[in-house]
Amino acid sequence: MDNQLQSKNNNLIGELCLYAGKIMLESGAETYRVEDTMVRIANSYGICNSESYVTPTAIIFSLDGEFKTGSKLKRINKRTTDLNKIAAVNHLSREISQGHISVEVAFQRLREIEATKSAYPYWLQVVAASIASACFVIMFQGTFKDFFPALLAGGVGYFCFLLIDRITKVRFFSEFVASFIIGVTAFYSVYKGFGVDADKIIIGSVMPLVPGVLITNAIRDLMAGHLIAGITKGMEAFLTAFAIGSGVAVIFFFL
Amino acid sequence: MLAQIITSFVATTGFVILFNAPKNSLIKCGFVGMVGWVIYYWLVQKGNDPVPSSFVASFFIAFLSHLFARKYKMPVIIFIVGGIIPLVPGGLAYHAMRQFVINDYNMGIQLATKVMLIAGAIAMGIVFSEVFNQSYKNLKQRLSKIEE
Repeated sequence: MDNQLQSKNNNLIGELCLYAGKIMLESGAETYRVEDTMVRIANSYGICNSESYVTPTAIIFSLDGEFKTGSKLKRINKRTTDLNKIAAVNHLSREISQGHISVEVAFQRLREIEATKSAYPYWLQVVAASIASACFVIMFQGTFKDFFPALLAGGVGYFCFLLIDRITKVRFFSEFVASFIIGVTAFYSVYKGFGVDADKIIIGSVMPLVPGVLITNAIRDLMAGHLIAGITKGMEAFLTAFAIGSGVAVIFFFL
Repeated sequence: MLAQIITSFVATTGFVILFNAPKNSLIKCGFVGMVGWVIYYWLVQKGNDPVPSSFVASFFIAFLSHLFARKYKMPVIIFIVGGIIPLVPGGLAYHAMRQFVINDYNMGIQLATKVMLIAGAIAMGIVFSEVFNQSYKNLKQRLSKIEE
């Protein structure tokens, strides 16, 4: 009877580790951090032989030892960047390893973390994107005359990205349309004599869409030996860059 | 230079808002991004190639991020992500794509290679800094054991 209870308990712990890993991976944590967190949670509940294998699209996790539970698989469908959730799960795993939290409470906490929305409302995100775009123009040696066109193009572009992403759920398409609109805004403002250098305006304004973090994380994963994760992330970054490039490129056909 | 300092700080802060960073880390992220960009900008102004400059800047970004992560008990990725944003060769990637579109493939491939090199340099800077950090920790542990 005790054995049965123990194996049921192990099953629950396995589920907990997977759940934590899923939230972290969906929020854009590094591969090694996800693996590390899952193994650490298992360790702090007294299971020493656990193995995890993480790719950007799936997690495989198994608990060995006296009460085997078999390996578990979790599919990851959406991938965004949400640093707040990463920090929250990280904090929770730290508390678990100090040994204060039972499995049930940890589950409850994870559910709360998963349900939290962005701390910043949509309008603030759009404002942040547009200000960042304008600042990038200055950083890339643009003139102050291009500051306001980039402010406009960056804001409009990011707004369209958020809007279309909510409707269609196809990231590639929303990036394509957003960068197309950025291009149109930039060329139009130069045409009207409002801005000077369309290239600079476009570069600054597409920065919020550019998969820079993804590219860098991909190479980091490759260097750390997570070959499959690295290649998959690199591919995703390439697709995003292609969407942005072709969105802007469509305009050149009309010029 | 003053304009560069201000804009890099604001741009990084704006960016980490998009990534939903915790509210109490915004200013710190902006600071890390600013330091990285100032180092990069200074090196490029001195006539250095962007590739080694990116390496040095990202090394210091990761170093500072580790310091902050330890001090404020947050995952290091929060600071690194914000910090490297200004260094990411988004403009160059755009130029490469543009050359492809206007059928100038030679120039396109040249620029795309440069993008890969810079991205690689950024990643290398981060990894080197992590190794440095790890060995420093190990050394410290060993020293404290010897003292006992």
